[in-house]
Amino acid sequence: MTDNVHTDVESLSPETAPGTVFDRYAAEGVLAYQSCASCRQAVFPPRVLCPSCGSDDLDWLPSGGRGTVYSATVIAPRGKEPYTVALIDLDEGFRMMSTVTTGDDRPVAIDDSVTVSFRSSEAEPPLPVFAVEAGR
Amino acid sequence: MSAAERSLRGRAAIVGVAESSLGEVGPGISSLDLIGQATVRALADAGLSKSDVDGLFTHSAFFAQPVITTAEYLGIRPRFADGTATGGSSFVGHLWHAAAAIEAGLCEVALIVYGSTQRSHGGGLVASGAALTRSWEAPYGPRMPASSYALAAARHMHEFGTTREQLAEVAVAARQWAKLNPVAFVQDDLTVDDVLSSRMVSSPLTVRDCCLVTDGGGAVIVTSAERARDLPKPPAYILGAGEATWHMNISQMPDLTTTAAQESGRRAYDIAGVGPEDIDLVELYDAFTINPILFLEDLGFCAKGEGGAFVSDGAIAPGGSLPVNTNGGGLSYCHPGMYGILLVIEAVRQLRGEAGARQVDRHSLALAHGNGGTLSSQVTAILGDESTL
Repeated sequence: MTDNVHTDVESLSPETAPGTVFDRYAAEGVLAYQSCASCRQAVFPPRVLCPSCGSDDLDWLPSGGRGTVYSATVIAPRGKEPYTVALIDLDEGFRMMSTVTTGDDRPVAIDDSVTVSFRSSEAEPPLPVFAVEAGR
Repeated sequence: MSAAERSLRGRAAIVGVAESSLGEVGPGISSLDLIGQATVRALADAGLSKSDVDGLFTHSAFFAQPVITTAEYLGIRPRFADGTATGGSSFVGHLWHAAAAIEAGLCEVALIVYGSTQRSHGGGLVASGAALTRSWEAPYGPRMPASSYALAAARHMHEFGTTREQLAEVAVAARQWAKLNPVAFVQDDLTVDDVLSSRMVSSPLTVRDCCLVTDGGGAVIVTSAERARDLPKPPAYILGAGEATWHMNISQMPDLTTTAAQESGRRAYDIAGVGPEDIDLVELYDAFTINPILFLEDLGFCAKGEGGAFVSDGAIAPGGSLPVNTNGGGLSYCHPGMYGILLVIEAVRQLRGEAGARQVDRHSLALAHGNGGTLSSQVTAILGDESTL
């Protein structure tokens, strides 16, 4: 795996497609994000240009996988277990949707500190999910 | 704000409005049939013929190419066509685009039209094309669009102490207006407790915090102010509008408690030369109960964070301090997938004094605000009668 993939348009290929690179890191248990070489904006979801300054010089960096719950909602489908969908602000400065578990029956709360792990399935790339840190 | 944009103030007017059949139209009736029905009625309201229409503005999730599908069905060969697709806000945007096109001489009579048989087609929100692009949200199972608005509501409650009771007040006020509107889909009594005890869809929003799923459609005819004065109904002048888009997916919305309505409203007020204190009635896209709270704040009717208190104690219900969603809104009147055209129609009827039992006393200046996507696209239009020119 390359640690520093430049997603300039000329070299864009299925191998370096931003979504593919993200999935490759995820397969190794790394939550990766892009950082703009020009303005240092953290970028997620993956793309080929910085949505802040427009530069196409983006570096891939590993996130520490720690963040804070920005907002959360509980969905309780009929006849199924309720689950939480949340927006997570990662410490590196990007936000993503994910699901959060608490390990007990306490509800997820805004401002909870959370840590990433990866949920594997055969059909899909490993999925980053979060758990509330102990002693929150 | 350019001088050219400012010069559009009052240059075009809405001269005809109509709804199609609403509610649940039943099997066999298509979205195009509703589009046709609304068009016939709106042209009659305007005193114009189909042959007068040379501009066509539409959007739909039912067709891959809504403008040309609609043009074929109606038998219109538009000189100017606009299929701007910003979700439910599209039709408020079309108003401003029509005003600009008419001023530029690109068309003379614009038809803005929408129809949907979403309810008769099984009640799901019709969405087109989304599956071809990877979603970074869908794998987590949000119930869209409700969960996006639920996340905004939860954050608003966290930051400002907004309560579920205050959210419910929005639904209760809408229901009270709906009881005054003979074509509103639901007219049963509704209390704050009813809203709170209803089935939770995506916390903190229950099913009564969510808009209806209905069939329905509508049409709006726009022409130049000069021509409008020769037509039978009092013109509703387009005094200003603003369009703003800051994100599509809720996870990309920078601040869940501040929408792009702040920008769209500022620009609309600037062009119209009025402020929120001048507005007589407000039609806001109420897909969920959090929407009017956010929009009343962002459009300057109250300070940021005070929307919950603002809507309490019947303040936006009939007889309250500010008439909001006087037809019963998407929450109680009609929500056929995209509601934007219907809030424009209601604003025009109120301006004309045609709103029957729900007619508000002061009705010279109306604000119509469309929302599209997940609090994504925001479009504000300010409409006024002759006295506001």
